[in-house]
Amino acid sequence: MPAKLQVSGANNSIKFFAAISLLWAAACTTSAEQLPHGMVEIPKGVFTPLYTSSSAERTAEVDETELVERFFIDERAVTNADYLEFVGRYPKWQRSRIPGLFADDSYLTDWRGDLDFGDTAKSAFPVVNVSWFAAVAYCRAQGKQLPTVAQWERAAAASETLENARDDANFSARILDWYTSPADRPLTEQAMGEGYRNLYGAWNMHGLIWEWTRDFNTAMVTGESRGDAGLQRQLFCGSGSIGAADPRDYASFMRFAFRSSLAGDYTVGSLGFRCSFEPAN
Amino acid sequence: MHLIRLSLFTLILFAWTHVSASEMSAANEPIIGEEEAVLTIAPNVPPPITRDHATKVIVNLETRELRGRLTDGVEYTFWTFGGVVPGKFIRIREGDLVEFHLHNHPSSRMPHNIDLHAVTGPGGGAESSFTAPGHSSTFSFKALNPGLYVYHCATAPVGMHIANGMYGLILVEPKGGYPPVDREYYVMQSEFYTKGSHGETGYQPFSMEKAIAEQADYVVFNGSVGALVGDNAMTAKTGETVRLYVGNGGPNLVSSFHVIGEVFDKVYIEGGDLVNRNVQSTLVPAGGSTIVDMEMQVPGRNILVDHSIFRAFNKGALGMIEVSTDEQAVSTELSTMVYSGKTSDDIYRPEGGAILDLQEEPTSRVAATQSDQIQFGKQVYNQVCAACHQPDGSGVANVFPPLAESDWLERGPVSAAAAILHGLAGKITVNGVDYNSVMPAMASLSDEDVANVVTYIYNTWGNPGGRIDASEVAGIRGE
Repeated sequence: MPAKLQVSGANNSIKFFAAISLLWAAACTTSAEQLPHGMVEIPKGVFTPLYTSSSAERTAEVDETELVERFFIDERAVTNADYLEFVGRYPKWQRSRIPGLFADDSYLTDWRGDLDFGDTAKSAFPVVNVSWFAAVAYCRAQGKQLPTVAQWERAAAASETLENARDDANFSARILDWYTSPADRPLTEQAMGEGYRNLYGAWNMHGLIWEWTRDFNTAMVTGESRGDAGLQRQLFCGSGSIGAADPRDYASFMRFAFRSSLAGDYTVGSLGFRCSFEPAN
Repeated sequence: MHLIRLSLFTLILFAWTHVSASEMSAANEPIIGEEEAVLTIAPNVPPPITRDHATKVIVNLETRELRGRLTDGVEYTFWTFGGVVPGKFIRIREGDLVEFHLHNHPSSRMPHNIDLHAVTGPGGGAESSFTAPGHSSTFSFKALNPGLYVYHCATAPVGMHIANGMYGLILVEPKGGYPPVDREYYVMQSEFYTKGSHGETGYQPFSMEKAIAEQADYVVFNGSVGALVGDNAMTAKTGETVRLYVGNGGPNLVSSFHVIGEVFDKVYIEGGDLVNRNVQSTLVPAGGSTIVDMEMQVPGRNILVDHSIFRAFNKGALGMIEVSTDEQAVSTELSTMVYSGKTSDDIYRPEGGAILDLQEEPTSRVAATQSDQIQFGKQVYNQVCAACHQPDGSGVANVFPPLAESDWLERGPVSAAAAILHGLAGKITVNGVDYNSVMPAMASLSDEDVANVVTYIYNTWGNPGGRIDASEVAGIRGE
């Protein structure tokens, strides 16, 4: 800070704050206009979440859609190579050092060592067996965050050609085909850069791995799924099939059911993640 | 006044405690010791419980998703309890404390849980066993009620988890067990809904649309077509008593369970306390069970079916119990008295009728004289014509014209023979009454028989007399 600001008193404090604000605004504007590397833009838009208010409250006037502000999402899931770099820089997230609180015993179980994910072919495959805490830490280290459920679902609703492919029977069939195939086939079957690229340019939102979200546990399908019909409210204690906007969208059910079975320290062999970025304005 | 209130209170308290007495006693029975449950794969069941006390039973059950054979040439992704459909059989005793460990194999795509119908508690355990892939859940329950109970996965979407094969049976034996039998087996009926039709080869994914419409492509016993057929058939010896623990995983259809060639000597209705006897087919609700006892007195192959019969023959709901004669438990004499098998094989010829096929036997006799013709013709008449024209030639008013004193016969024997050989249709008037019917052609009668019967008719019941012989009939036949 220039010395003369300190000497001039109140007037100069205002100038100081103005200068800082300008600098800050300039920084924000710059990063908002750059396309973050390896990310695709999801424009501001609406989508209908699976869980809405109960059917009793649903009227023509009530708008059930949810507005998702413009954001960016990684064009592909975080890979083993990406994650190796991360644990190299942040050793406390290495397998032998991570506290039990942040990941269960299966953390990176498919890696050969702290800094060795095994076969070089795996470098392009999505990293799996990582907990929510680890995913959050990774994204933060990139200056990003995990996408919210709303953001993830909005990005994932798109097929190659449609912004909202939920009514496309063909697209739904492809998703369900993956959901109903056992996860024992190794990820070699669908390496990065293969699969499908959706309308926004994101690769393999479906068909490769389940993905962590920031607020995965706000939609509670309880273990007793039959009782979910009686529960209320949008995302909290999700209202089962009666509250669902589209009971035929049982692929969404399965995603919500899967998310509900997780806790923050869980690691699963078919669960990875990608990050998102919310521009300041 | 106080006395009345006190008595009333005591009465109510007494009634309340005794209404739930059995459950209370099961809940309060002390737990002695601990054991690991023996789980079996269908159609086998674990051995009967021999201990006379309640114990802590540790059950370890793994959920696993895998590809397998649904029928020849058809592959399906099954979601299973224990790697098999139906899931493994659990056998415990009333009053036992079960420590249930549900493990979801890391290769699973889906979370799973378990609802055991024997459990008194939220979700039947489902709320406490919701498990992500590569994780385990543990919960405990006390078996308050004896009986045969279904268990199944209850993760959303529930119908899909069940439809893919996530069901099995848990038997809670009453104290003292069931009456002993020689053999026990585990049978579970269920349906499968596939995108393609029944038998369409290749990998078949699950069809939610058909499941909602309850249009099953496959209805099977023990998880696949032919699971209890041929080499996989259940077996017993002649004279043995067999007990079947039968479940119905659904997800939709109710079963009309029947064993062809056997009567259920005992049916523990819906797997509960009530016992029925001498039952042919018993209902097994979707998500329900039954227990049936049968004494196999006769050797042979007994077929298990769902008697909604197209499910058995067109969708796969067919199983077998082979009852052998080797080392049988009863004598051949006894079993033969019960069922003899075919003792004779004969030809069957119906009596009477308008058309008499005389190809096989030469009954047309050649008459030498007119009186012979009349005699032979009478036999032909009684066999062939009397059914309509009546034995006394009176016919049936407005339907079949009379032959007795019939003015139509004034046309002569040739016309009569023609009518017999070629039939007669359309309106005619006989003795002043109209008839508009059809007399079928009796072309199968021989020339002799036609000649004889016409001669008989013309010389009976006051008719004018006359005759015709076989060669004339042959000429008329040719026209």
